[in-house]
Amino acid sequence: MHPAFFYILATVSVLAALGMIFQRHPLSAAVYLVVCFLGLAGLYAMLSAPLLAILQILVYAGAIMALVVFVIMLLNVRDEDLPHEPHMYWHLGGGLALGAALFVVLSKAIHKVPGEAAPTADLVARYGEQVGGAPKFGGIEAVGLHLFNQFVFPFEIISILLTVAVVGVVVLAKRRI
Amino acid sequence: MQSTALVSLIPLFPLVGAIVLGLVALFSSHREVGPDKGLVGFLACLGPIMSCIVATMLFADLRTNPQGFVHVAFTWFSVGSLHVPAEFWVDRLSGVMIMIVTFVGSLIHIYSVGYMQHERGFTRFFAYLNLFTFSMLVLVLAKNLPLMFLGWEGVGACSYLLIGYYFTETEKAQAANKAFIVNRIGDLGFLIGMFVLFWYLGTKGVWTVDFATIRENAHLITPAMAGVIGILLFVGACGKSAQIPLHVWLADAMAGPTPVSALIHAATMVTAGVYMVARMAALYNLAPSTSHVIAIVGMTTAIMAATIAITQHNIKKVLAYSTVSQLGYMFAAVGAGAYSAGVFHLFTHAFFKALLFLGAGAVIHAMHHEEEMDNYGGLWKKLPFTATTMLIGCVAIAGIPPLAGFFSKDAILFAQWQQGWYWLWGVGLFTSFLTAFYMFRMWFLTFLGTPRDHHAYDGAHEGPAVMNVPLAILAAGTLVVGFLGLPEAMGGSKFAAWLAPAVGAHAHLPADLSGKALEAATYGLHQTEYLLAAFAILGAVAGITLAFLRYGGQATPVFGRARGLFALFQNRYFFDHINDAVFVRGSIDFLGWGFRHVVDRWIIDGPIRGLPTLYYKFSDTVRVMQSGAVRTYAYAMLLGTLAILFVVMSGWSLLRF
Amino acid sequence: MVPTQYYLLVSAALFCIGLAGFVSRRNLFIVFMSIELMLNGVNLSFLAFSRHIGSLDGHVFTFLVIALAAAEAAIGLAIVILIFKNAGATAASDALSVDNYQSLKH
Repeated sequence: MHPAFFYILATVSVLAALGMIFQRHPLSAAVYLVVCFLGLAGLYAMLSAPLLAILQILVYAGAIMALVVFVIMLLNVRDEDLPHEPHMYWHLGGGLALGAALFVVLSKAIHKVPGEAAPTADLVARYGEQVGGAPKFGGIEAVGLHLFNQFVFPFEIISILLTVAVVGVVVLAKRRI
Repeated sequence: MQSTALVSLIPLFPLVGAIVLGLVALFSSHREVGPDKGLVGFLACLGPIMSCIVATMLFADLRTNPQGFVHVAFTWFSVGSLHVPAEFWVDRLSGVMIMIVTFVGSLIHIYSVGYMQHERGFTRFFAYLNLFTFSMLVLVLAKNLPLMFLGWEGVGACSYLLIGYYFTETEKAQAANKAFIVNRIGDLGFLIGMFVLFWYLGTKGVWTVDFATIRENAHLITPAMAGVIGILLFVGACGKSAQIPLHVWLADAMAGPTPVSALIHAATMVTAGVYMVARMAALYNLAPSTSHVIAIVGMTTAIMAATIAITQHNIKKVLAYSTVSQLGYMFAAVGAGAYSAGVFHLFTHAFFKALLFLGAGAVIHAMHHEEEMDNYGGLWKKLPFTATTMLIGCVAIAGIPPLAGFFSKDAILFAQWQQGWYWLWGVGLFTSFLTAFYMFRMWFLTFLGTPRDHHAYDGAHEGPAVMNVPLAILAAGTLVVGFLGLPEAMGGSKFAAWLAPAVGAHAHLPADLSGKALEAATYGLHQTEYLLAAFAILGAVAGITLAFLRYGGQATPVFGRARGLFALFQNRYFFDHINDAVFVRGSIDFLGWGFRHVVDRWIIDGPIRGLPTLYYKFSDTVRVMQSGAVRTYAYAMLLGTLAILFVVMSGWSLLRF
Repeated sequence: MVPTQYYLLVSAALFCIGLAGFVSRRNLFIVFMSIELMLNGVNLSFLAFSRHIGSLDGHVFTFLVIALAAAEAAIGLAIVILIFKNAGATAASDALSVDNYQSLKH
């Protein structure tokens, strides 16, 4: 894919993220975040991760954010329900200053990351080729095999976590079981 | 060494009995009517008798298999280079011991069924007695020191429980405490000796606590070190076998029921020390000076206890001091390197002392628990059977041939003579005279003369058959077992030959003699033996005669008033008084003060009061930081992360190890 | 081809923005979404590194993070609903403030 896509998607994601934290109302913030996630999904696709790009859209932007928006609307949050934030921009300025400091440190670390990304030919050689010439790397078959071959235990653990979460939500939501 | 699981069965039977009876006792303790005594008695005797059968089977096999049998029941514990299996070993030495423990033990169990018939806690008594048999068997069968120590402590605990059997009487409970505490002092020596032995052999590259391995590697131990270890282990033996200065508990231990005195405090447990020294023969052979010390302590104990015994009025106390005295003989024997003679005396002593105690028990039973000889007299007419069996026991212990005691005691005295310790031989001979004197004093006071307590005398009667049969068997044993250990002059000791693979042969003659020289030496040896035996017999007869003149015919014997030496004897050489003044008062007054005013106030209370105060102040200070505001935490976290990252990135030297 | 480092810079930027939002906003939903943003920043770096070294481990981790986020959203939002209802019954304003959740401390 053309590198220009990267710049476009990166800019969209970062700007949407910044926009998100500046919103007063959570509903508009959620919309900004969805935009950010869609941009991220594009970046994932550029990183030869088609499966996770799709999951990002389906699960993150689709399910989780839909749930957040649903809850916000369910609670019928009005302006007077919002917390009183008189010096919001000052606070955000302070937070962003700290964030920028962290970013500087992190970028210095990133600067030291050695080497270049593995060439596509390498990935094709290691993971095989799909119809159309793209490597199988990051596809549903390769990730699935990897997940169920080497990460079965974490997978089972995360399933237990989800079960616990479901039970916990039921306990919290129901007054009487 | 062959392996057979039968070995582990021997201690298992009494253990099962102890558990079953213990549970029965536990669950029936609150009931008015206890469990059926016949059934309990049967169950109690079953364990020791089954063990006795198995032990006899193995013992018979030992004839052709001198190395014995081994069985590893399970691994007890294994830490680093210390590997301790629950490994049982029947060799010729422990074979003799298990025969004593199970055979005499079974007889005493049977006797107790009759003796304890009217006592409260009948089931509890037999649970303890079975547990004791189990512990004693573990002690003698153990193939390594820690397992032996387990049995050692086990018999100590059972001894404590049984001495304090009538725990409602303060005096008897105190006697139990005394036995327990004095034994702990000895056990400390045993433990330290064991640790030193393990450590020292370890530094030589042999990490072991196994008896067979220790024997094979004994040459690695320097004589000085062997002496130190030997003395430490002997301290343990002193406690268990009531040698000076740890002999004080045995007389008080007579507070327990008489069968207990017979089994634990005469026939088996108190001989554990002798057994242990014989077991470690390889070690003691390396340290002649330590062995000499053991012999001196033994002989001193022997004469001291004998002199005390001649002043006692309580029939059981006489027997108790007699036991201490005979144990002294045994130590004198093993100290002189005559391990087989020591173990032989242990063997014969188990028979005649058990017999004497059980006989005394029968008298006490007949006289309604009267133990003072001042109130006996003339019982010959009422208790002819008991009197006869006890007479056999008295003759045996006094050393009149051909009964058991004569041969075993003679072997010990001869061993002293051969070592060149003539004065020890002299003391031993004199003790032998005293032994004859006090034993017959006891017998005459009890059975001859006229009754001094007519009420009790009139009610006296022989015990039931369960009590008489064991007496008869033990009396028969006392008559014959002596022939197993004839002196050299009369054909040599079968017993010594039997034990030779386990404790080493005791050479009576230099090995390099031959021809005429050998004949001459043998002739000399035999003449010496005959001569010394004649002295011994003379001493014994003198003792009996003196006892008869003094106590035999008189209607009311005169008990000597405490004066001079006699006062010293009667007050047991003031050992108890000294212990009380130095250790008991000392610890109460000095240590008690120290603990109260120094340790308790500053070392215990100080930190206890100080630490909470410190924590309280500290938490008071830092708790303001716990605001509960999540954002504050987030800020703190962020700042901390940044700080760490800056440090890492700037490559601060402290973090570059 | 875009160098891995560029992706990592984007990832770091998203993480820092999320962090800034987390520490400086009081609105509970926005704080929640800031956390999601941070998670996504991390996910991006996982995938970037995964591509960098040609290993699928990063993909698996990303997958697990998404599942975790789902669980977190379910529980978190349930708690928000409960507290909003309770606070709404007593004091109308500030029901959605994070400072309200100090009550969870006890």
